[in-house]
Amino acid sequence: MDIAHKDSPSLLRRLTPGDALFTLALIGGALFALRQYGGFMDIYDKAILLLTVPALAALGVTWKPFRLFLAVSAGLAVCSMTLYGGDLARAEQVFFLKYLISSQTAIMWMSALFFIATGAYLLGLAARSNFAEATGTALTWCAVTMGTTGLFVRWYESYLIGTDVGHIPISNLYEVFVLFSLITGLLYLYYEGIYATRRMGAFVLTVISAAVAFLLWYTFSREAHEIQPLIPALQSYWMKVHVPANFIGYGAFALAAMIGVADLLVRHGILVSRLPAAKVLEDVMYKAIAIGFAFFTIATILGALWAAEAWGTYWQWDPKETWAFIVWLNYATWLHIRLTKGLRGALLSWWAVIGLLVTAFAFVGVNMFLSGLHSYGSL
Amino acid sequence: MRPRSTSRALYELLSSMRFAISLLTVLGIASIIGTVVKQNEPYNNYLSQFGPFWFPVFEKLGLYSVYNSFWFLTILGFLVLSTSACIVRQTRPMLKDMRGFREHAQETSLASFAHHARIPLLLPRAEARDALLAYLQRAGFAVRCNERDKSVLLAAKQGSLTRVGYFLAHGAIVLICIGGLLDGNLPLKLRMALGGKQVTTGNQLISDIGPESRLGLDNWSFRGNVFIPEGKSANTAVVNVQDGILLQDLPFTVSLRKFHLEHYESGMPKRFASDIVLTDPATGQSIEKTIEVNKPFEFAGVMMYQASFEDGGSRMRMLAHDLRPGRGTSAKPLEAAVGDSLKLNSQGLDHSLELGSFRAFNIENMANDAAEPEGGTLTRLEKHLGSGARSPTRKDMQNVGPSIQFKLRDSAGQAREYQNFMQPILQDGAWYMLTGMRDSPSAPFRFMRIPMDGDGRPDSWFEIRSVLLDTSRHAELARRFTATALPASAASDVRGRLEETTRRTLELFALGGFDGLGKFIESTIPAGERDKAADVFIKILEGCAWEAWSLARSAAGAPAPTPSPAHARLLRDTLNATNDSLHYGAPVYIQLTGFDEVRATVLQVTRSPGKPIVYLGSLLLVLGVFAMLYIRERRLFILLKDSGEALVALGSNRKSMDVDERFEQHRDAIAALLTPPSRP
Repeated sequence: MDIAHKDSPSLLRRLTPGDALFTLALIGGALFALRQYGGFMDIYDKAILLLTVPALAALGVTWKPFRLFLAVSAGLAVCSMTLYGGDLARAEQVFFLKYLISSQTAIMWMSALFFIATGAYLLGLAARSNFAEATGTALTWCAVTMGTTGLFVRWYESYLIGTDVGHIPISNLYEVFVLFSLITGLLYLYYEGIYATRRMGAFVLTVISAAVAFLLWYTFSREAHEIQPLIPALQSYWMKVHVPANFIGYGAFALAAMIGVADLLVRHGILVSRLPAAKVLEDVMYKAIAIGFAFFTIATILGALWAAEAWGTYWQWDPKETWAFIVWLNYATWLHIRLTKGLRGALLSWWAVIGLLVTAFAFVGVNMFLSGLHSYGSL
Repeated sequence: MRPRSTSRALYELLSSMRFAISLLTVLGIASIIGTVVKQNEPYNNYLSQFGPFWFPVFEKLGLYSVYNSFWFLTILGFLVLSTSACIVRQTRPMLKDMRGFREHAQETSLASFAHHARIPLLLPRAEARDALLAYLQRAGFAVRCNERDKSVLLAAKQGSLTRVGYFLAHGAIVLICIGGLLDGNLPLKLRMALGGKQVTTGNQLISDIGPESRLGLDNWSFRGNVFIPEGKSANTAVVNVQDGILLQDLPFTVSLRKFHLEHYESGMPKRFASDIVLTDPATGQSIEKTIEVNKPFEFAGVMMYQASFEDGGSRMRMLAHDLRPGRGTSAKPLEAAVGDSLKLNSQGLDHSLELGSFRAFNIENMANDAAEPEGGTLTRLEKHLGSGARSPTRKDMQNVGPSIQFKLRDSAGQAREYQNFMQPILQDGAWYMLTGMRDSPSAPFRFMRIPMDGDGRPDSWFEIRSVLLDTSRHAELARRFTATALPASAASDVRGRLEETTRRTLELFALGGFDGLGKFIESTIPAGERDKAADVFIKILEGCAWEAWSLARSAAGAPAPTPSPAHARLLRDTLNATNDSLHYGAPVYIQLTGFDEVRATVLQVTRSPGKPIVYLGSLLLVLGVFAMLYIRERRLFILLKDSGEALVALGSNRKSMDVDERFEQHRDAIAALLTPPSRP
């Protein structure tokens, strides 16, 4: 057996026909989008679109289930757009739009599916039922698929309202809460696959459910789901890279915190037989914080570049910026302690849990309690 | 170990991980302070917020500008020092580590690795060595062989670049801090301290500000604002420093052709853009450019951004309607620019009008907030399905036209603030001129609704009101009202009583409005009959208003009004507005009749020499972070002993689960290689 090749095979060797098909579909999709919607993009938007292709292709190659997920989400979004046929009013007339794949409906499905998935994982944990946990996984996949479809369709709908209104749906608190739920869900599914254990689902899905609960409250009592046009400061291609990078960070930190909770339980002898070993949990927590920190660093820098263009200064200690800096410091310290001091154990888990509070304040609290330049989507 | 000297001990402390972690924590906590106390507000705001005792204390502590304060910069300075010391301390061992293969490692030390295994070596040493060399190279290792007396050590390593990541990431922090320092206000503070510059107050003409408050063209780091009205130009920027200003000369002249202000249908701002012309005084050449939010422009080393916009001195044409009782109706034309203060001292007035601001349009939600029928959960859910565009609560955004905001200050210096709309606004099915009043800037405006008559003008209201409130005409009104209300056959004492009641009602109303009447009713009429009495008083007032209108119209030579529902509504609205006007607090109503709008743009201009340094640092930081977190350094040692045994050991700079896995893979692969294929 030649393990060396299995150990570090060349990229080409790992490619399956499915990967090739996926990459071709991505290229096709990007070219179609350029041809169809290129008129709404400036040169930077086009560059970002083209760079998305290799990024998603790499993700699909390293994480195979992602390919099917993206294909189904995109397929549903295309169905929805076809059913709309350029007329917003059809959301009320066409059955499949009204009850399945218009943006709001899809997001409602996402919310419901996340709730049921949480229930399934909790049931699996309580009853030691592999079937319930497998159901949880399937439902989580369905939830992220519906949510992604919802965001794609919302993007399209915004242009139907008016070409001057149209924009990528990651511009206010409502939209980024959907994004947060999606990214946290996807990150969780990734680690679930890598570590081949579904036992962490009950914890991670709980934090997603909390986000979804907030989303529903925000929709029903504040009517926050209405698509709003962009104020001048937000009209920039930078949003397309700054916001997603930020939410990979937030999502990963949230995931790490919930794994930290599980780790603390295990360390205190609770649910030991039902949860993965502390060693596994610790490893997932580290991986999540590492990826979160790397992307949060990128996001903060991208934010600074954007701020330099929009507000004339790359850093002005605006409350959101300052809290982003505090979050960054927090996880920088966490990594220093773990990597350099080689410390392990309950302290790091506690730190990750408290880190979520700091992150949550930077994410939502700043908008609620402090005023500043980032005050879009107040409560 | 005893430190050799104090400086050595200091160096040890600064470069220690414990110090770095404490510093990061302190920095995080210090940063929070600046998000709790609003930064860089006008000093008066702090004074009123914290009071005269705490205000100077907090000022000394630098809480109003935390991130520029001495102590915060000191912490940042320590961060730079600590990071630098850490880099210096790590450089030699790290470089040695990166280059070295540790091919002289002894068997005993290899055997102490957490990951090690002994495998039987069944091949000749040289053959095994060659097979392993090929294997290690395929697996991406760099290898060095150390032939020994009775053994050979293959020392292999990969992922040494992670150490480069360390230098990149930590060097980046130092670069970013230095760059940030160059762009902060430290250079300005130094210039003020060394160059003898002084801040001055903002309330003077730019030309009056002397050289001691001016910064020259040689200033390489500044951030200021340029205010330019349409059609005007500027070549100096205003730099705000604490509670004063400095002027910064610019190496060019910038003039504003036009400022664009666009809105979405919902009233949200859509686009702010300035069409500017930049002229180089040296060459006289000029270029045209449009600057908008997110689209800055650099000229002569100065970056220009669309920061905000203001009124550039729009001219307003107004009518001042006299509201004082007994003076009839008269309106005096006025003209003023936004920002002006105008004396209203004719006709015994002693007020000044301070024209604060002008808005060319106001987009308001004009929907009737009729309560929606509450459905069940399913109905509510259904309402939130569909596209994200639909609005479940119907909104009806409308532009209700221009408005002005101004203060009226009386001779005693007391001021009230007013907001007047230029055009009538449709409310509850009728048209009104709206004028809002408030006593303090923090209070909301209370609006008086002046009804529009059949000609679409507010004139009838002024006329009726002037007669109703004029005590010298009350007797006449009472007589006319009585004549209309009573049949000709009514007894003269009945007639006299009604006339007296009417006169009294008018008097009470003119003095205190509905409130005055209400108080009168409460003090003189038994509780059971008050409602009926109130009805009577209202009927009398409405009748008198009608008579007042007839009088006014006949004086103007117009035919008498005819009864109709529209006229009845007009009279009710007139009475309400007249009542409100008694609490209006101003002797005049200022009607906006025309305007010439002039906008002004505010551009932010900066020279930030630190920007490239910060950007370079940011790039290095990202590369460094990824290298540190995702390049795994591994050292694989294989000691082939003539005694027929091989010792495999794997070292890693990170302990994680995949090291275990990877070790097992290598161990098994190596064991397979060291076993001859012919063996059964």
